[in-house]
Amino acid sequence: MKKVIAIIGLTAAIAANSQAAAVTVTLACGAVGQELELCKAGADRWAAKTGNSVKIFESPNLTNDRLGLYQQQLAAKSSDIDVYQLDVVWPGLLAQHFVDLKGKVPAAEVNAHFKGIVAANTVNGKLVAMPWFTDAGLLYYRTDLLTKYGYKTAPKTWAEMAVMAKKIQTGEQKTNKSFAGFVWQGKNYEGLTCDALEWVVSFGGGTIVDDKGTVTINNAKAAAALDAAASWVKNISPAGVTTYGEEEARGIFQSGNAAFMRNWPYAWALGQGDDSKVKGKIGVAPLPSGGARNAATLGGWQLGVSTYSKNQAAAISLVRYLAGPDEQKIRAVEGAYNPTIQALYKDSAVLKANPFFGSLLNVFTSAVARPSGPTKSKYNQVSQAFSTAVSDVLNGKSKGAAAVAKLSTDLARIKGRGW
Amino acid sequence: MTTNATPEIAAPVRRRGIEAARARQAVLLLLPTLIAIALVAGYPLYRTIFFSMFEANLTNPDQRTFLGLGNFWFTTSDGVELGFLQDPKWWGAVKNTMLFTVVSVFLETVFGMIIALVVNSAFKGRAFLRTAMLVPWAIPTVVSAQMWAYMYNDSFGLIGRGLLGGQALLANTDSAIWALIAVDVWKTTSFMALLILAGLQSLPTDMYEAADMDGATKWTQFWRMTLPLLRPALLVALVFRSLDALRVFDIMSVMLGNVNAASTSMTGYARQALIDNQLLGMGSAVSIAVFVIIMVIVVVYVTAFRVKFD
Repeated sequence: MKKVIAIIGLTAAIAANSQAAAVTVTLACGAVGQELELCKAGADRWAAKTGNSVKIFESPNLTNDRLGLYQQQLAAKSSDIDVYQLDVVWPGLLAQHFVDLKGKVPAAEVNAHFKGIVAANTVNGKLVAMPWFTDAGLLYYRTDLLTKYGYKTAPKTWAEMAVMAKKIQTGEQKTNKSFAGFVWQGKNYEGLTCDALEWVVSFGGGTIVDDKGTVTINNAKAAAALDAAASWVKNISPAGVTTYGEEEARGIFQSGNAAFMRNWPYAWALGQGDDSKVKGKIGVAPLPSGGARNAATLGGWQLGVSTYSKNQAAAISLVRYLAGPDEQKIRAVEGAYNPTIQALYKDSAVLKANPFFGSLLNVFTSAVARPSGPTKSKYNQVSQAFSTAVSDVLNGKSKGAAAVAKLSTDLARIKGRGW
Repeated sequence: MTTNATPEIAAPVRRRGIEAARARQAVLLLLPTLIAIALVAGYPLYRTIFFSMFEANLTNPDQRTFLGLGNFWFTTSDGVELGFLQDPKWWGAVKNTMLFTVVSVFLETVFGMIIALVVNSAFKGRAFLRTAMLVPWAIPTVVSAQMWAYMYNDSFGLIGRGLLGGQALLANTDSAIWALIAVDVWKTTSFMALLILAGLQSLPTDMYEAADMDGATKWTQFWRMTLPLLRPALLVALVFRSLDALRVFDIMSVMLGNVNAASTSMTGYARQALIDNQLLGMGSAVSIAVFVIIMVIVVVYVTAFRVKFD
């Protein structure tokens, strides 16, 4: 009997030992541009440090395709992927499939990240994922054209921006017929939800659904924000702006055909590239205020550990390493990925590579989260209803006040038996 | 009564025995096919009908609540309408799909007929033209849809900038539906022409010679001879194209994006509920509605088809 116990004990010890020694963790990360390269390099550094190995799972480029694939894997409770790269609006949707990192990652380490991003990753008190890099809406402008038309600084309010855009557009269109004052993401998709949330919040109209899950969109300030945006279409923005995504807007701005653009930080590195017609002529400013505040929608990606993973301890260690300050610094310097750790915005190497990181720190710290937390699995529906309502106002099918009233009814319908 | 009947049915019983044996054999031979159909078509259909009566999430189908017909029609005590049949967006999608189907199939039939009549007549280079006209049909729909989306672009598109001087046709779903119909007509007219051409070639030439002798004009020949004789081929082509058009999805999804596709096509609406919103129950219910709508239209077509030919 004693012998049996001893053998069992020994086998268990060997098994536990071998598991701790050599574990292969599978990491799903994006493959857009430098993303895959940086992801592999970071994973290799962790592997060298801990003696484990990492297998990279290449995800599709399009966010929607990626979500579909992940949902299939998770619904099948597959243990193939241990660490997932998650969009900032997914935690509410996928929370049930991820390990609660609260307590598993030291509180001090979590608190080093921006509060808003940590909040976006927390669903019902559960920390679903660790922030990896962040995104926030920015106003890009042409420094040369602002000087040419007698402006010294970027606009502070939307109204100011509209006046400047109109003046520059009128002047430039004399020689360039396709010149536009302001380009942004007006196509009916997730990008429009981001843009429109910025307008509504900057006017003081709330965040569509508040933290408690109450629908707040039906108010005069939100209606005014949408009406203001509708007044830009065919005035300072081309009629086709309502069919543009990020890349269409960047294409026009980067070929020198627009004075202002709303876009994410990624457009900076590309706009300063050698094939860019506006290299060295770009300025970046916070998005204008609508009277209440400056508001930028929070974007970005996180790392979460699947509950179906067989190597959770190693997976958590990988997440902690990749989301840690050393790795985020390398990614910021080499790939201009915005860190989620506040202290890195004071790091001289990071600031040298990306000068606007320092001047726009408060844009990133005060970024507004889309209501994916309170609306949980119904966020996609809420976002579709919102972008459709905004799209109707932009296309002149509806006025702001009527649109937010109807949207409020639609959201009640979506909320139905509860979020 | 029973005792009287026994000798009379004795003979048929023996014959029935042979028939029964043959029937059994037939069943055995058909069994593999029946099982295959039950597995690949019957089971998914059963699951779809099953889930349409539940509120369930795609990520976690095991956690579900029974709703009965609640996915189709349900009004809460607060007057909030939850069924998709109460959603104006669904009816908008149905309306747009019907408009798309009727207009595109009509135009394709008319143009297809004209093209078929042209390539049916003898002229130099006919074989080349018959092949060339199939090019739009051979291009994958996703590719041609993207190509047309570029042409419709308001800032650099051939049509959007060149012809219309910077109008964004695809921006508004009301105007976009006509732009989409144009793409479908461009793409599938050649297919229609091919089907009609096949019908035309089976018509006897001596009949036309006789008509020429009798002095019938070409116009009369077309309306009195070609069209009635072509009817079977034409109706088959119509059924095919209508079914295809009712299921349309790829053109909308590529040219308008998935959110707007949901308000312009029935299948787009179903996809959005099922995939984007993860509503397994609602999505299944919508799929059943699409199935029923298409089935009703087919039944109407087929009955009309029979009535005309009896």
